[in-house]
Amino acid sequence: MKMLSRLERLEAESIHIMREVVATCENPVMLYSIGKDSGVLLHLARKAFYPGPLPFPLLHVDTTWKFREMIEFRDKVGREPGTNLLVHINQDGVRDGVGPFASGSRVHTDVMKTQGLKQALDKYGFDAAFGGARRDEEKSRAKERVFSLRETGHRWDPRRQRPEPWALFNTRKAKGESFRVFPLSNWTEADVWDYIAREGIPMVPLYFAKERPVVRRDGMLIMRDDDRMELLPGEQVEMLSVRFRSLGCYPLTGAVESEATTLPEVIAEMRGSTVSERSTRAIDHDGTGSMEQKKMEGYF
Amino acid sequence: MATLEAARAHLTASTLAQDSAQLRVLTCGSVDDGKSTLLGRLLFDTHSIADDQLSALDRESRRWGTQGEAMDYALLLDGLSAEREQGITIDVAYRYFSTARRSFIVADTPGHEQYTRNMATGASQADLAIILVDARKGVLAQTRRHAFIVATLGVRHAVLAVNKMDLADFSQARFDEIVTEFGQAASMLGFQSIVPIPLVARDGDNLATRSARMEWYNGPTLLDHLETVDATPPAEAAGFLLPIQLVLRPDSDFRGYAGTVAQGSVRVGDAVVALPSGRKSTVARVITSGRDQATAGAGEAVTIALSGEIDIARGDVLASAADAPRPTSRLEATLLWMDDDAMSPTRDYALLLGPASAGARVSTVRHAVDIETYREREASTLWMNEIGAVSIEVDRAVIAASYRENRALGAFILVDRASNRTVALGVVDGIGPEAATTPTRRLDSRAVAHAVLSTLTLGSVTLMMSGDAAVAVGVAGANVVVSAILNRIVAPR
Repeated sequence: MKMLSRLERLEAESIHIMREVVATCENPVMLYSIGKDSGVLLHLARKAFYPGPLPFPLLHVDTTWKFREMIEFRDKVGREPGTNLLVHINQDGVRDGVGPFASGSRVHTDVMKTQGLKQALDKYGFDAAFGGARRDEEKSRAKERVFSLRETGHRWDPRRQRPEPWALFNTRKAKGESFRVFPLSNWTEADVWDYIAREGIPMVPLYFAKERPVVRRDGMLIMRDDDRMELLPGEQVEMLSVRFRSLGCYPLTGAVESEATTLPEVIAEMRGSTVSERSTRAIDHDGTGSMEQKKMEGYF
Repeated sequence: MATLEAARAHLTASTLAQDSAQLRVLTCGSVDDGKSTLLGRLLFDTHSIADDQLSALDRESRRWGTQGEAMDYALLLDGLSAEREQGITIDVAYRYFSTARRSFIVADTPGHEQYTRNMATGASQADLAIILVDARKGVLAQTRRHAFIVATLGVRHAVLAVNKMDLADFSQARFDEIVTEFGQAASMLGFQSIVPIPLVARDGDNLATRSARMEWYNGPTLLDHLETVDATPPAEAAGFLLPIQLVLRPDSDFRGYAGTVAQGSVRVGDAVVALPSGRKSTVARVITSGRDQATAGAGEAVTIALSGEIDIARGDVLASAADAPRPTSRLEATLLWMDDDAMSPTRDYALLLGPASAGARVSTVRHAVDIETYREREASTLWMNEIGAVSIEVDRAVIAASYRENRALGAFILVDRASNRTVALGVVDGIGPEAATTPTRRLDSRAVAHAVLSTLTLGSVTLMMSGDAAVAVGVAGANVVVSAILNRIVAPR
């Protein structure tokens, strides 16, 4: 018997999960957040349903604070044949002037991301939403199921999650309940990059080092992507060769100083790194258990 | 994307080298034996914990830790607030790490009896189980329970990790005593290898580095063993089987049957039969990984197009026409009940077996298993966390296989139709009225031979020899020797 390699096994497992969703849920959607995990997820979905088109739309919940290069990349993906990209912005939040500088990271993430996501899921009546979250990212995610059951109102109750022996997923649900589905559960950051290299999946240029305008704030290197970011007294914009390991809202995402401009260099740097991928994400550090709290409120 | 193309070419060699096989590992054992500590320490010793996570661990150790001023490695794993507050593991945590030789997925599972179902979930996906024992307490009921579940779910390799050796004066006699005790219990469980290792997980003794405090031990460290154990699954029976997950019909020109190959391989031009209907056709296209291929094999996610259209739906199985299994509406199975409400013999459950779904009733409980003695006892129902041998009547014909022969078609769950809760997991021991011998039978030396025999799929002459040797030593209680013998016999495969 031919033994599947690590990446082949992960690919087959993810495709199996996606097909289960399409076979058993009525109105699935793929959350597309533009980063590397979303890129891999989209690539796998195209393989899963080849030679047909994607049997579900992509949804981007736009907080209006993403890097401009992310939005350009997203719009390019949205124009590819057989792709139906939906973009949702929480207009209540826009009207109320919610943003990372005005409201702080916690309120901004809750209103523009979590509430925005719930609005979009309710608006279109999606009963299953794919996400690119991986268990190796964060320790409450390490406890997450592949099929994560969300109650009415999208709340996550860790004690009500179903056992998932083998690859047997119980996809039954009551009216009002829905699933968040994580086909990349068993992938690591290294698997994602190795797969991107193997398959030649295009990525947002922000993952590669380039001279970019950054400001040192709260121990992070924040890229000043537009003039909505006002400089505080004593701050100055520096041009540094930086790249991003993880992408989110630009004011909440720290850059790392790097000279890695190619995929092999990025992979070598990741393997040698002594800090975690999400160390550059401000929202993870609002206190121990903060990711778990956000999940309970309906975050991914 | 010129850069990308160049990068891709440059990377091919190094990526292939790293694209090695993966070992899926489970840690289990009784409460407070130190499972999370062991795994946390292993991650630390293999440099799998980032600096920012280490400083968070230091902060949390002071707040929640049970190790005084020292690092409490368990907090790396216990990711839920309730777990940190109570200092116990409730749910399975999956951790990922790799060394130069192998990559690992480790499921850290709860020791408390009430969370046995979470432990069983981890076991269903594991190639190897690390069974922890506290050197002071020895083999407990929960150790025996876990060993039994692990074996029932087909994990063939076990490590007996005797932890907290510092609290037993690093005594070789105590270690040997526990190894013998466990060997006696496990001899009837049919593990292919059992490797006992004395540890102090908290301090890292014999985890990644050899302990200077137990020089009498000359076996491998835990990491050595994990990196080198041969966990290649036994070759499965060859006939092609594809349980259909969904029918892809993007336009009127294409109809494809998508699923993950459960067994054997398929090639363009092969004669196949759809089950349970029995209609025959020929394979016109084999698509995997988004392209047409000549052939595809077990474990691959494929889409098959046939030359003549036949009626096939989700839950049907496409099989090699020459070697097709017979559909059945009765399963002989071993069940682990997982719900607060006991199993009801008059209730209709939904049986999910691969992508197939059917109404099912547990018509007979042949016996429950006493998990301390592994003896059968009479039972009319199963309560939460109980294991029993049952007969299940299904309301339509399904394609199933014995779990020993085929994981994908031999495993199932039962779902309560009203609450949608997953109430049981099960493995098929046999199909139809002529049920095969179940692994839950009370075991004598002949049954040991049977258990050993049935975990190996080697040539019959070799089998008989290994079986006899295993029985002789296994009954004497020195299972270490058994594993050594079996490893030697199995290695050349």
